[in-house]
Amino acid sequence: VYRLHGRYHEMAPNVVPMDYTRDPDVKLPMQLIINMPELKENPFKERIVESFSEDGEGSLSFNDFVDMFSVLSEMAPRELKAIYAFKIYDFNTDNFICKADLEKTLNKLTREELTAEEITLVCEKVIEEADMDGDGKLGFADFENMISKAPDFLRYYFKKN
Amino acid sequence: DGSDDNEEGSAVENEETAKGTGQKRPSPRTRRAHARGRDRHGDEEDEDDEDGTRRPGHRKHRNRRRGRAAGNETSDSDMEPTKSRKNQANQKSKEDDEKEADEKGGKSGKANQQKKLKKAQEQIEMHQTAITKRSLSGSCHCKLFRAESHSDSESEEEPITEEELAKLKEEVEEKKKLIATLRNKPWKMKKKLSVLKEAQLFVEKFEGALGKGKGKKFYAYKVMMTKKWMKFQRDFENFKTACIPWEMKIKEIESHFGSSVASYFIFLRWMYGINMILFGLTFGLVMVPEALMGKPYGSLPRKTVPRAEEATAMNFATLWDFSGFAQYSVLFYGYYNNQRTIGWLKFRMPLSYFLVGVGSIGYSFMIVTRTMAKNANDDGGGDDTSFNFSWKMFTSWDYLIGNPETADNKFASITTSFKEAIVEEQESRKEENIHLTRFLRVLANFLALCTLAGSGYLIFFVVRRSQQFALEGLENYGWWERNEVNTVMSLLGMFCPTLFDVISSLENYHPRIALRWQLGRIFALFLGNLYTFIIALMDEINLKARYLLSFNKLEEEKIVKYNMTIWEASLYNGTIPENSTAPPIQVDPADVPRGPCWETMVGQEFVRLTVSDMMTTYITILIGDFLRAVFVRFFNYCWCWDLEYGFPSYSEFDISGNVLGLIFNQGMIWMGSFYAPCLPAINVFRLHTSMYLQCWAVMCCNVPQERVFKASRSNNFYMAMLLFILFLSTLPAVYTIVSIPPSFDCGPFSGKTRMFEVISETLEHDFPSWFGKVFGYASNPGLILPFILLMVLSIYYLNATSKSYKEANLELKKKLQSVRIEN
Repeated sequence: VYRLHGRYHEMAPNVVPMDYTRDPDVKLPMQLIINMPELKENPFKERIVESFSEDGEGSLSFNDFVDMFSVLSEMAPRELKAIYAFKIYDFNTDNFICKADLEKTLNKLTREELTAEEITLVCEKVIEEADMDGDGKLGFADFENMISKAPDFLRYYFKKN
Repeated sequence: DGSDDNEEGSAVENEETAKGTGQKRPSPRTRRAHARGRDRHGDEEDEDDEDGTRRPGHRKHRNRRRGRAAGNETSDSDMEPTKSRKNQANQKSKEDDEKEADEKGGKSGKANQQKKLKKAQEQIEMHQTAITKRSLSGSCHCKLFRAESHSDSESEEEPITEEELAKLKEEVEEKKKLIATLRNKPWKMKKKLSVLKEAQLFVEKFEGALGKGKGKKFYAYKVMMTKKWMKFQRDFENFKTACIPWEMKIKEIESHFGSSVASYFIFLRWMYGINMILFGLTFGLVMVPEALMGKPYGSLPRKTVPRAEEATAMNFATLWDFSGFAQYSVLFYGYYNNQRTIGWLKFRMPLSYFLVGVGSIGYSFMIVTRTMAKNANDDGGGDDTSFNFSWKMFTSWDYLIGNPETADNKFASITTSFKEAIVEEQESRKEENIHLTRFLRVLANFLALCTLAGSGYLIFFVVRRSQQFALEGLENYGWWERNEVNTVMSLLGMFCPTLFDVISSLENYHPRIALRWQLGRIFALFLGNLYTFIIALMDEINLKARYLLSFNKLEEEKIVKYNMTIWEASLYNGTIPENSTAPPIQVDPADVPRGPCWETMVGQEFVRLTVSDMMTTYITILIGDFLRAVFVRFFNYCWCWDLEYGFPSYSEFDISGNVLGLIFNQGMIWMGSFYAPCLPAINVFRLHTSMYLQCWAVMCCNVPQERVFKASRSNNFYMAMLLFILFLSTLPAVYTIVSIPPSFDCGPFSGKTRMFEVISETLEHDFPSWFGKVFGYASNPGLILPFILLMVLSIYYLNATSKSYKEANLELKKKLQSVRIEN
């Protein structure tokens, strides 16, 4: 945790205090955080930061920061990662991954290299594959069900310290 | 009363959760509960005559006057890092009491709650109201309050009954469980921290309390020891993680190249671990005892360089070739003496040699199988394409990538993979010209077979030629002839895979299937080469014997022995001694004529092969990767076409080639380490340097692959190959142990008819007689055959059950699918 605090501190040395006994109310804005080397190349970096931020705006206090890294670390259990992954992919934060969310995800993943009809095709396939309750969008249960069977899920969500 | 308690308890819980999530409004129910509590307490105040009750009453009123403040404060103070220990200590007892009330209220109200419990509950409830009303400026009151509560709770210590004890225990257990599973809850950090602290304090206080009246000291001691032990374990885990060698390097590579390239290095590291252990075994139990306690160099004929070779024994060329002094040392089989025990420790050298050989093979089997089983578990259900697109969408991004170039590649590969999947989905089967495809595939396989056969024959031919050279004396030939075999094998290993690559372009398979074919062919190539090599070696051993006489080896040995006695006689000036009463003449061991020693020769061949393989790999890396990169980088300015995009461009890291190379190298080690105990040591050195060299080369000269390869499923494929190679490597050694008599003039088994006789000899001499009898009975075929039969039956049974499980699995999956479709 001390290392994380060091990282947090060095992102904005004049704002972040070294001493947390008085529990200061310090939040770092999103711009600083998404420039961290671990997150820089990630297409979902804004979503990651937003889903861990308390105020939903993307500013992270130190607790949120620690939260984020603990979920992304190797020690976090699968269910926890699934919960946060769902939050990350849910762009409009309505607790469902609807078609628009899927389209946004796909665009971020492929940097908009696919044509519009390809995008629609893929999104439809995804909903067809994973939607269990037939409401046309993915609820958390659907997502978890699908993710728990994926062999690669855990590997790609690990993070070094 | 019970229902009251219930309500109060749940109200208390409500308040808890309200506090935790930082909300500020206590519910109306809480207020009602407070009121009721107050009334009840008022009643009890009259009934009880203990001192302590007065103060809570006062306190309660005082607190109520303080006005309600933000509920957040508790969590805030709870959340402080451990720097504020003083606060915590004071808080402790208060919050323990809270927790107690919480839990007690949480359980369904039991009828047999005693007065004291109720009192404690009310006290706690009051503490809670105090907390919810605490203002920022009131911290000093709080301290005072805490001090009071502390002393207050102390006065509460009275014997608790059995049921209460049991309930307490339950609650403590529940708290512990909560602490253990806290990680999994998707709460905010603040809430987690507050809940955790409270639970911990509760557990701490009441674990101590539970011991009351029951050997409390011992219980507290036990608890403390458990905690210390857990802390120690945690520290040890941290230490272990920090100790993993090369972890940082591998993580760096992972971020640049993705997880598949890193998996090669992880495999390399794992191999290094195995080799270290093999090295430890051979070094510690075979080489060191012989070096320390065996007869020194020069004392025995087998330990001395023969006079004829002495002149060149120290040359670098000879040493590099592992003859000369290197041959007559602990590094090779021939040096070891067949004395049953050596040194003052009575160390049984031959037995140890044999057991280390067998033990290293056994250990390797065990660890490879265990890793395979672990990988199989991790892989889970295996091939399931029911969520193809969803997985592509949600799990294809590698969160470990931290490098823009790799990220670009990853984006491109994801796009390609989507496009591929779309194309597959859209198109129905391409029925066009299935005959042409089939013909091409058959042709390709035919060509591949030809290549394999060709390479096998080439090796055989070359080994035969080298035998001829050896017979005619190696001094007449230059470097090429001397190292022909090794160079040819290495070159074949370099060029044939590329040839296979070209051939596979004829076949037009799906890339994953094409890769499997490719790996299979390379595997067959290496295997064929290795086995041809061994067969040629075996041939050579027999041929040597046959060349010298035309009988079998025993005859040759007889003749050599006879020659030796005659030679001894010649020292006595022509008279053949009929008895050995004459004093033994001091003959310099270097002058004694030596018999052939095929084990050392075999060991030498393996060592030479390993060394040349190592050299080839390093040179390939330096030339193929490094020089190429330098060339492309610097000559790009003055070249007609763009070197970086066209040919030759920077090289990619060839994962499969490298992994296969590693596996085959290990196979050679396993085969040769029985004859040359130095092989694991050489391999450790080789792997160590290889790790650094390849890490550097990858970061410096290679570019990330275009098609980012999926690492997870191939892991078991490589393990399976390793297991197969291990099995094949042990076959020759086992064959020689069991059926070829050891050389009579060298090694720890000289003089015996078979190598494994050392075991029976040990049983006779060193174990009590009944042991030998038991062993005799156990090795009776009448016992072994039923045992084998039993094992076969159990394998069959396990196979059948696993099949039935798989079928049940499939059925369930189908059911799931049909349910899904229905919806």
